[in-house]
Amino acid sequence: MCGTCGCGDESRGKVTNLQTGISVPVAHADHSHSHSHGDDHHSHDHTHEHDHSHDHSHDHGHHHDHQHTHDHTHGTTVSLEAEILAKNDKLAERNRGWFAGRNILALNLVSSPGAGKTTLLERTIRDLSGQFPINVIEGDQETTNDAERIRSTGCDVVQINTGTGCHLEADMLARGLEELKPPLDSVVMIENVGNLVCPALFDLGEKCKVAILSVTEGEDKPLKYPHMFRASDVMILNKIDLLPHVQFDVEKCIESARQVNPGIQVFEVSATTGEGLDSWYQWLADQISVELNTEATS
Amino acid sequence: MHELGITRNIVAIVTEHADGAQVKRVGLEIGRLSAIMPDAIRFCFDICAKGTVLEGAALEIEEVPGVGRCEACGREFGIDQPFGQCQCGCRRIACIAGQEMKIKEMEVM
Repeated sequence: MCGTCGCGDESRGKVTNLQTGISVPVAHADHSHSHSHGDDHHSHDHTHEHDHSHDHSHDHGHHHDHQHTHDHTHGTTVSLEAEILAKNDKLAERNRGWFAGRNILALNLVSSPGAGKTTLLERTIRDLSGQFPINVIEGDQETTNDAERIRSTGCDVVQINTGTGCHLEADMLARGLEELKPPLDSVVMIENVGNLVCPALFDLGEKCKVAILSVTEGEDKPLKYPHMFRASDVMILNKIDLLPHVQFDVEKCIESARQVNPGIQVFEVSATTGEGLDSWYQWLADQISVELNTEATS
Repeated sequence: MHELGITRNIVAIVTEHADGAQVKRVGLEIGRLSAIMPDAIRFCFDICAKGTVLEGAALEIEEVPGVGRCEACGREFGIDQPFGQCQCGCRRIACIAGQEMKIKEMEVM
């Protein structure tokens, strides 16, 4: 294991390109060791990132001038004011620029395991084939099963296995994009690891997060996992074909989501029967034309 | 347990700034709305610090309470979840404090 960052071959996971069938381990993108972990001479490569106390918008005015009375024997206190996730945020901004330069719409799909992300993606890609290119980055702890399902739709897909990690991080996405090589003017769907907690904290450089919730889950999930539903611009309520068989109050669910995030856009769909998918497709198309117009005018 | 990865980040950042000096104390600022559990950070800290210049360092975590600002009327009020409702009825609440995830300072020998 790398002593500087704790990254290890297993803990950082691996990237599998389904087009070539080749798997490579994920390295931390910004220290340049390309997995020759024996030599530690490049463990200092990733300095100078946290020096900037940057202008995050939540650097609110009122500062808590707490004066701890420490027993200052002979230590020197050094003010750091370093954002803990600064490294990820910086790499995410780099990804965002990479997408913008290629006019690529990137969406970060988040949900609990089993909400139907992969089925929704398969259906979306099949239904929209010929309209605009969609390619996929798949995130899972283990296996390439989901990537193989997506691959069968005919689109390009790269699987990122996070190993012990419970979410994708910006450096993993950057590595996945190197393999995926998505074309200009296209859509990249990033299927995050099924988890409604940590993916909310880690910006990948996407345009927005799309939370998928199925009617077989609790209708109060937005209240239970407010960070995720607040961080998402869109909520897709999936498996509505099962509504006659489950106790699920759609209105209450949407109300919960709006309580956490009044601006969230909601689509009620069934990825199995196709019900309600048209509005989701229309939204996607609108996003692309918005993107195209923005690029054209800038 | 994203706190393990986050604690590794903390150790890596402090190690970098310490530049070889032994670290006696690390001070963090963690917002109550940040989705990070201070106890989990404390739990992971000693494990992550082992074998680094932070080994044996004291960890101090200041928890910052949540403050929301109503986007309609501008009123500011305490919140213990990352959402809420203003007295004026508006639910568009910006979190202006409580989402901090910051290393404030370190004390080196």
